[in-house]
Amino acid sequence: MSIEMTKAETPGVPLLEVRDLHVEFRTREGAAKAVNGVSYSVDAGETLAVLGESGSGKSVTAQTIMGILDTPPGRVTGGQILYRGEDLLTLPEEARRRVRGDKIAMIFQDALSALNPVLTVGNQLGEMFRVHRGFSRKAAKAKAVELMDRVRIPAAKERVNDYPHQFSGGMRQRIMIAMALALEPDVIIADEPTTALDVTVQAQVMDLLAELQRDFHMGLILITHDLGVVADVADKIAVMYAGRIVENAPVHELYKRPAHPYTRGLLDSIPRLDHKGKELYAIKGLPPSLTAIPSGCAFNPRCAMAQDICRTDVPAQVDVTERDGSPLGGRSSACHFWKETIHG
Amino acid sequence: MGRYVARRLLQMIPVFIGSTFIIFMMMYALPGDPIRALWGERAPDHAQMAAMREELGLNDHILKQYWDYLLGLLQGDFGTQIRSRREVTEVIGDALPATLRLTVMAFSIIVVVGIGLGLVAGLRAGRKTDTAILFVTLLLISLPVFVIGYLYQTYPGQQWGWITPVVQDSENWGDLLLPALALASLSLAYVARLTRSSIVENRRADYMRTAKAKGLTRTRAVRVHLLRNSLIPVVTFLGVNLGELMTGAIVTEGIFNIHGIGRLVYSALNEREGATVVGVVSFVIVVYLVVALIVDLLYAVLDPRIRYA
Repeated sequence: MSIEMTKAETPGVPLLEVRDLHVEFRTREGAAKAVNGVSYSVDAGETLAVLGESGSGKSVTAQTIMGILDTPPGRVTGGQILYRGEDLLTLPEEARRRVRGDKIAMIFQDALSALNPVLTVGNQLGEMFRVHRGFSRKAAKAKAVELMDRVRIPAAKERVNDYPHQFSGGMRQRIMIAMALALEPDVIIADEPTTALDVTVQAQVMDLLAELQRDFHMGLILITHDLGVVADVADKIAVMYAGRIVENAPVHELYKRPAHPYTRGLLDSIPRLDHKGKELYAIKGLPPSLTAIPSGCAFNPRCAMAQDICRTDVPAQVDVTERDGSPLGGRSSACHFWKETIHG
Repeated sequence: MGRYVARRLLQMIPVFIGSTFIIFMMMYALPGDPIRALWGERAPDHAQMAAMREELGLNDHILKQYWDYLLGLLQGDFGTQIRSRREVTEVIGDALPATLRLTVMAFSIIVVVGIGLGLVAGLRAGRKTDTAILFVTLLLISLPVFVIGYLYQTYPGQQWGWITPVVQDSENWGDLLLPALALASLSLAYVARLTRSSIVENRRADYMRTAKAKGLTRTRAVRVHLLRNSLIPVVTFLGVNLGELMTGAIVTEGIFNIHGIGRLVYSALNEREGATVVGVVSFVIVVYLVVALIVDLLYAVLDPRIRYA
């Protein structure tokens, strides 16, 4: 079953699923374990937010899905990436290349450096059609104008010949979005798409992304460390810490009742108006070095609830339930004391 | 853009006057006498010498001589070669084709081989190919052109008989291959190293990651995205280098017996032919300035972020 053939959704098989992914980096201090058994999935029309600090492995996971990880020093040491049930990691490079940009596309954080400074935006947008669809130069340019219109760049027809540095930050990110959207992929991975933007522009860009995702019925993986961005657009959240997913939850559930001490720490460190004048909460300590991840639960040195078991046993990902044992849909936590965390 | 070019052209005037003045003064300061040199080992005829000095204006004050020379230049008169009584422009005209051919050939070698080696080394940075290329370029940089010239002449030329060691006919491109290689060696090594470091720097750039994420083939990502960005610093070097090639061929032209601009300057210097030296150097300065301007304009084509104001 080739990837080109399967356009229809197969019931029961997620659009994109990451299964127990392990990625390491060779460094002078030894192997840095950037991703240690990450699993998540996204369906068409669904938005998964992957939340975590820098170095939590969220971007590395995304790059591994795209197949743009620098190898070496990076190395996938285990796991699967299933696109419509087919493992991308076992595909030959040429087949993988054809998936990139066409079926799964990516939006990067800093559009200024992610766009080529010496080529016009029209050229860079049109390139998608020229390479994947064999369009002529002229037809590709017409498509580029169409795309720029679609992401609401004013005067697209004139601006198609401009260079990236001639656009504002928000407009540049729109071009990145247009580029990812070009071939109407099934999945878009957005790696901190609004981090480099002004706060006023952030909302506009995020709204645009959410709108396009709805219109094209795409799966969206939104990588961020900004809890504010997540609340409005995501359906479900995966919280990452030291290369592992520590909590899975539907977005509003997570905000109301976190089931992992790390998630709770993150939520508590959001500045709030009614706390004005009081000291801002911060999770004590620093994220661990990936060459020396603590034994047991990686979060234990920073956790107020840590007991002996947290220093020795790696907590398994378990389903979170109500106090009476009734199931809470789509929720899981990797904490020995999730009950105490969620039910107080 | 038009204003920029106009300003650059205006800037050439003081540069041109300053450099010709310096050359003029240096020639004057050199020991020796062009008129006396005409007689060589023989005893000179003093009356005739005095007459010639008067005729050529060599008895005037040096500043007056320079002024007259400058006025002549404005009318396209580069002076007269004392020995042959020929116009310096004519003398340059005779020597130029050989030098131009040599320059074109050497420059093509530098561009094709230099950038080619740099690209290969940069893409294989840290591996054996890279190390080998770095070693060869280091060797080429360390060896002076007269050593390289004689090596080329001796081995492929005389010992192995692959190619004629001396240029008999400067209109024959095959004859020019060895001197062009010798002339190109040093710059080729620099271009290769410059390209390599630029490639290494740019291949990890964010836009290259984007190119990969777009599903481009590696060839296209390198050709369209990487090379274009990496060649910006290389073009600057190549521009300056083109000017140097035209003038720096003195040794190469000497070794391979090419009657070009380099040879002309060399013999004119030996004979204290002030007018010829200053004339040739003035001509070369103009070429150099024009090439530099063209390169700066080309820069904007390569890198749209550069604005001329």
